[in-house]
Amino acid sequence: MNQDSASAKKLKKAGLVLLFVLPALFFYGTFNLLGIARTFYYSTMDWKGISANKVFLGLSNYIAVAKDMNFWNALKNNMILVIASMFIQMPGALLLALLINSKLRFTKFFRTVFFMPMLLSTVATGIMWILFYDPNFGLMAKVIRALGLKMSTAFLQGSTAMPAILFVICWQFIPYYMIIFKAGLSNVPEELYEAAKIDGANTWQCFTNITLPMIIPTMRTSAVLQLVGSLKYFDLFYVMMGGAPNTSTELMATYMYKKGFTEFQMGYASTIAAYMFLICFIFACCFLYATSRKGEN
Amino acid sequence: MNAKTKRNLIKASLYACCLLVLVITGFPFIFLLINSFKDMQEYLKNIWQLPTKFFFGNYQAVFKPDFLRYFVNSTLVSAVSVFLIVLTSSMISFAFAKMKFKGSSVLYFLIIAGMMIPIHTTLIPTFTLLSSIHLNDSLAGLCGPYISYNIPISVFILTQFFKEIPKEIEEAAIIDGCTTVGVFHRIILPLSGAGLSTVTVYTFLNIWNEFTYANVLINTTSKKTLPLGIREFYGFQSVNIPAVLTAILVGSLPVILLYFCASEKVVNGLTQGAVKG
Repeated sequence: MNQDSASAKKLKKAGLVLLFVLPALFFYGTFNLLGIARTFYYSTMDWKGISANKVFLGLSNYIAVAKDMNFWNALKNNMILVIASMFIQMPGALLLALLINSKLRFTKFFRTVFFMPMLLSTVATGIMWILFYDPNFGLMAKVIRALGLKMSTAFLQGSTAMPAILFVICWQFIPYYMIIFKAGLSNVPEELYEAAKIDGANTWQCFTNITLPMIIPTMRTSAVLQLVGSLKYFDLFYVMMGGAPNTSTELMATYMYKKGFTEFQMGYASTIAAYMFLICFIFACCFLYATSRKGEN
Repeated sequence: MNAKTKRNLIKASLYACCLLVLVITGFPFIFLLINSFKDMQEYLKNIWQLPTKFFFGNYQAVFKPDFLRYFVNSTLVSAVSVFLIVLTSSMISFAFAKMKFKGSSVLYFLIIAGMMIPIHTTLIPTFTLLSSIHLNDSLAGLCGPYISYNIPISVFILTQFFKEIPKEIEEAAIIDGCTTVGVFHRIILPLSGAGLSTVTVYTFLNIWNEFTYANVLINTTSKKTLPLGIREFYGFQSVNIPAVLTAILVGSLPVILLYFCASEKVVNGLTQGAVKG
């Protein structure tokens, strides 16, 4: 009798847990977990389109992608994004965060406006900047002419396309990391600065000895976000290059999209997606491992 | 130069920096607003100044049935997805925070790791799955990946939030005869207003602005969401720059208004996950 009621209680508890866990797990399992598994499954197939037959290829798609110069070129462009986000966005965001964390007046108003680029959808941002970059009627062309600079205004063509889009990415995302850094800066106790001032430290010494060490955890999180974000980036390049990025602006994600949904090489595209998954995973793990070691020392 | 002038000089240059950033970040929005009241000819003649006479043709071009349809679609998809995200994530977060069960930490890790998954890794499987059950090119189908992709961050925020609610409150409720389900919807949910609203704002902005999935899954004009709609509008009207600027402004207006009404909530919502991580 006792045992029965105990096991009934256990069963009831298990039922309750399932009740709370299953709804979310249903969505997450169907689309994310199963999705990843099926991408890896498709990546071993020669498969053109939805209804056509699949032929098992083993790992030969993986070898083909590894030999594909377009993929390496896309990876190189992703690396440029990573470097730009680490060396332009992070310092830029930190500087802005210091500005709005300073004792200047109107910082609340500044913060409100600085954050606004984050509100637009990537499509809206992309199209707006296409119009700004328009060689004849755009804002940027007018500014350059007004300044009397002698430079090409064909921003989105050739080798200037990459920096032009990078500028828009910075415009959109620096405010985001600014807010993250601002939150980190607000957590630094005021007493530390006061104590340092009494000991005769100047502003620069306060910054390098108090501010920087205190916000390293925040920098680490945002660096991981930027790393993974840059490796999987898609929207702005797709939109601003009119759906067809060329060699200088092709990313892994846009290349995957081109192979899968323009050329309908679904198997090959799945292999690229699988590589993207592995690359993001390995980079994030390596970064977290490397920076956690530094934190301990 | 004495110390006071030096300090004033530093202050002035800091304000100058602020002003420069203010122009770079804020001016595009003013530019959108000013030029939405110009026709193409006036736009070409004076791009900087206020319009000499207010022209409403752009707004007439934007407020056509198609564009209103995009609005309705985006609203529907966002409302349904956000509701289901908040519901399912708060339930599973309750299990993670308040119930002890085998494998809970593994499952939690598995879900949180979802924040790092590139969207393109699940693009083809989602497309084929929804095609096989005839839910591709439908707004209902679009909700599936939207819900799934926003669960990790929501679970992350809510689990932390629920964990901070003292155990004594639920224990007292159970002694008074409250069931587990009762604890969830009578105690935990009412006490978590801030966490739930953070998740709501964050996922709403995410879904309202989402492009990649919508671009792959939706083809029919009448089913497009706003980001696709703005892109389509640009395709048709690309020579009429002020009209496109107007479409961008109108399409972003709900979010901008939300920001001005509750900027604190929006900022928190967009950054909380990252700060706590």
